[in-house]
Amino acid sequence: MISLLKSMWYVFLHMFSKRVTVQYPEQKNYLPPRWRGRIVLTRDPDGEDRCVACYLCAVACPVDCIALDATEDDNGRRYPDFFRINFSRCIYCGYCEEACPTYAIQLIPDFEMAEYDRQNMVYEKEHLLISGEGKYHGYNFYKYAGLAIKGKGKGEGENEAPPIDPKSLMP
Amino acid sequence: MNETFQHILIVFGILFGVLTLAAALIWIERRLLGLWQDRYGPNRVGPLGIFIVVADMIKIFFKEDWIPPFADKKVFVIAPTVIMFAVMMSWAVVPVAPGVVVFDVNIGILFFLAMSSLGVYSTVLAGWASNNKYSLLGGMRMSAQMFSYEVFMGLSLMGVVIMAGSFNLTEIVNAQKNMWFVVPQFLGFIIFFIAGLAESHRLPFDMPEAESELIAGFHSEYSGMKFGMFFVGEYVGVTMISAFIVTLFFGGWLGPVLPPFVWFFIKVMFFICLFILLRAAMPRPRYDQLLSYGWKILLPLALLNVLVTGGLVLAFE
Repeated sequence: MISLLKSMWYVFLHMFSKRVTVQYPEQKNYLPPRWRGRIVLTRDPDGEDRCVACYLCAVACPVDCIALDATEDDNGRRYPDFFRINFSRCIYCGYCEEACPTYAIQLIPDFEMAEYDRQNMVYEKEHLLISGEGKYHGYNFYKYAGLAIKGKGKGEGENEAPPIDPKSLMP
Repeated sequence: MNETFQHILIVFGILFGVLTLAAALIWIERRLLGLWQDRYGPNRVGPLGIFIVVADMIKIFFKEDWIPPFADKKVFVIAPTVIMFAVMMSWAVVPVAPGVVVFDVNIGILFFLAMSSLGVYSTVLAGWASNNKYSLLGGMRMSAQMFSYEVFMGLSLMGVVIMAGSFNLTEIVNAQKNMWFVVPQFLGFIIFFIAGLAESHRLPFDMPEAESELIAGFHSEYSGMKFGMFFVGEYVGVTMISAFIVTLFFGGWLGPVLPPFVWFFIKVMFFICLFILLRAAMPRPRYDQLLSYGWKILLPLALLNVLVTGGLVLAFE
């Protein structure tokens, strides 16, 4: 009986303590930089698509919400012809970001994606592509990869030695 | 003619007042619960969110009023009206101010006890007619609960009746001019308060609803305004029990300076807030715990209270 009265008194005292509610639309909560929210496609420092359309994100996605198709430009660079994410399926697990070898696909701290029409939850490449580099600056996949594209032959990338000619006897 | 008009005015005044208070309780309860749980509660519609009442009313009136095909249709429809009827009828004998009472009957307390017992039928019938296991369990718990509290509820009031020498509520209030009955009848007050909580099946004793175990129990099949009637019935029940506590133990409209009606309102609001505080603070006991608590502790206490009060009143006469 005493304990019941005590608990009533403690609950009553909460009248004078601060409320914990964050008044959301007026007052925004802090989202940590690693928050997994809306998915974006980033560009490399030169402003080209980082995405090389390797399909790893689509494979890693547990709910199959990523669809893309690879194509190649005149320079020999692979890029996605279309890149489509169905955000009504996406569970924001971040596996696509982990799978991505080129830092192209990234999850950013933004969750305000409500729509009145379900169809609008499907984001195409032009909606996903941002003009910046996202969370990882200064990385350009083609500068490091051994792959030859127009304007950069084999072994001409950064931290790369020219390829060894196996038919030559010279050291 | 003038007297008839005045009477009609009182009837509609009390009806309007009670229903308005019950509607306002939608807001008051949620705001107070929020206050005591360190959050806000409804605060979007209108100043301090008061128009949530209007929004809720509009919503509940336009909801689909669905009767499940497996339900016992007639009983299903009648059940929610019973609780409204019972609690509103109880309000008829409450003296709000001197002379302001719908039905100044000389068996006021008995009428109140009869009507509050009728209210139990609503819950039991709803649980039965829903033809659903959870609802049936809720109705069964309500009847078990009724067996536990109804006996000592009536007995706890007998001390007041002995002291006032009347079943008439106006006379009981007038008998408290010198001292509120809560002082000599403190035990009776505590027992009646617990019984009143069980009667209005509010949170410490809301076993028939028990959202966590019975998914709203007896009214889980109800929707639309039928559900709304259970809700309004519950809120009117809370105001009704508060009004009776105030009338029987806290001197009704009696009080200095302020007009009688205001005193009555303040006291009733205090007890309504206490009911809500109890909801915020208390866990729910098992219903067999309430049963054994009622029969083994509160009933003997109530009997003892009647015995001692009766003996003392006889000794001092």
